[in-house]
Amino acid sequence: MWTGSYSFLLRNLIMKDFKIRYRNMSLGVFWSLLNPLVMMAVYTFVFRNFFNTTVPHFAEFLLCGIVPFNFFVAAWGGATVSLIDNAALIKHVPVPREVIPIAGVLSSSMHLLIQIALLLILIVSFGNGINIYWLWLPVIWALGIVFVSGLTLITSSLSVYSRDIRYVVESINTLMFWFVPIIYSFAIVPVKYRGFYQYNPLAAEIIALRSVLLDGQAPSGALMLKFVLVSAASLGIGLLVFHKLKARFYDYL
Amino acid sequence: MSVISVENVSKSFRLTAGRKLLREHIADLFRQTSHEDFCALTDLSFRVEAGEGVGIIGPNGAGKSTLLSMIAGLLQPDTGHVEVSGRVAALLQLGSGFHPDLTGRENVFLNAALLGFDERQVNEVFGQIADFAELGPFMDQPQRTYSAGMWARLAFAVAVHVEPDILIVDEVLGVGDAAFQEKCSVKIRPWRKEGRTLVCVSHAPTSILSLCDRAIWLDHGHLIQDGPAPDVVAAYSAYMSSPHKGLPPSSVLPVGPPAVQQSRPSLKRPSKARV
Repeated sequence: MWTGSYSFLLRNLIMKDFKIRYRNMSLGVFWSLLNPLVMMAVYTFVFRNFFNTTVPHFAEFLLCGIVPFNFFVAAWGGATVSLIDNAALIKHVPVPREVIPIAGVLSSSMHLLIQIALLLILIVSFGNGINIYWLWLPVIWALGIVFVSGLTLITSSLSVYSRDIRYVVESINTLMFWFVPIIYSFAIVPVKYRGFYQYNPLAAEIIALRSVLLDGQAPSGALMLKFVLVSAASLGIGLLVFHKLKARFYDYL
Repeated sequence: MSVISVENVSKSFRLTAGRKLLREHIADLFRQTSHEDFCALTDLSFRVEAGEGVGIIGPNGAGKSTLLSMIAGLLQPDTGHVEVSGRVAALLQLGSGFHPDLTGRENVFLNAALLGFDERQVNEVFGQIADFAELGPFMDQPQRTYSAGMWARLAFAVAVHVEPDILIVDEVLGVGDAAFQEKCSVKIRPWRKEGRTLVCVSHAPTSILSLCDRAIWLDHGHLIQDGPAPDVVAAYSAYMSSPHKGLPPSSVLPVGPPAVQQSRPSLKRPSKARV
């Protein structure tokens, strides 16, 4: 039975990922900022000039979608293969298995933090002020992390048994781009789909962020309720599935 | 008091378990498939008392590493029980729990965290770990620049200093030089007097003799002999270099400790079991 300190272990695993990723790059964490900025610039140019979009503050509007989406894709895709990448650890070190995919998600959260800082700086410098509803932001981002942690526990444990799972995840991520309001506004989703659409926690996250950051309003109660329910269900199911599957990791790694 | 108790443990591995294709998993749902089993351990029983140093010897494929993985809690037996009381630190493969791109210092913290230490505890023993590993300026170099001997020294230094009740070592020390092996045995002896237990696998009779006073000889998953290390190591060495090699060890053993298993150790015949 492992009796160590979870927080110290998680911190070390997260710092390991972070250090390894940046140690051999001269630009370091700047890459975390460059990607969303380039996406924002190119998309804004295309939508302003080719599509003649009428959405006001399109750059900030877009960044509110890109930051959560980038995090979701990087965290889910990256941590889905975390058990396979850490096979030596699983087979030789008696450490609680759940820690590995969770550390994978949390190390992507480090990049999320950097991108959140960028987002907030741009929001303020483009003239949207700070308001009392910013208190919702930590809740919104925490729920986003809970949701993707649950999905990751499911797909990381399944991919030990079948290595094809990562491609399923990649395909879902590609489709997901169109099922969340990144380049369009939630307002253009037909009314009959709206209730259902909000059950997607990633969509809920972006809708809630835009309410707070762009409209200066609290996210709607119904939206947040769905966000909480589905995220909690994801984590609960994730832990159950992982617990069920972890017994035979040794045989399949 | 027994800190490790292994009772009637058997373990076999399904030879087809490495399959990773989705279509095969789906196909399995619809048809019954046959599979072959490889029997790694057969009805193995022994106990280890606190403070003992136990060496496990035997040829490749004897089940030694499977046994250590079970004691470390990484693997469950198919039948029987393995009970372990106390904190376990396992050195089962050189380099697991270390990352080549991190420095030795960073790896000490990572590895100690994996073995169950918290930050305060690591800070307290860091100096002793660095002294023991004798890496000098390499402590702040990426670990990929280390030789195998340096990896082993650092891994062992961390494992002994996280104060486990039971230390499990699988053939990791073999890459250290004679001076380091001597240092390990100097470290292990008083450490065992404190009631800590060592279980190790080695193909080098000298390391078994210097670290352990008891040895267990395994062959094809069967326990052949269990007794004082010098006796078991001598019998095993004699058997391995004798013309009888290949015959069941139990039939050629000199008079002495009873051979526990009478049957010829052999690969269990592949069974066509139904899933």
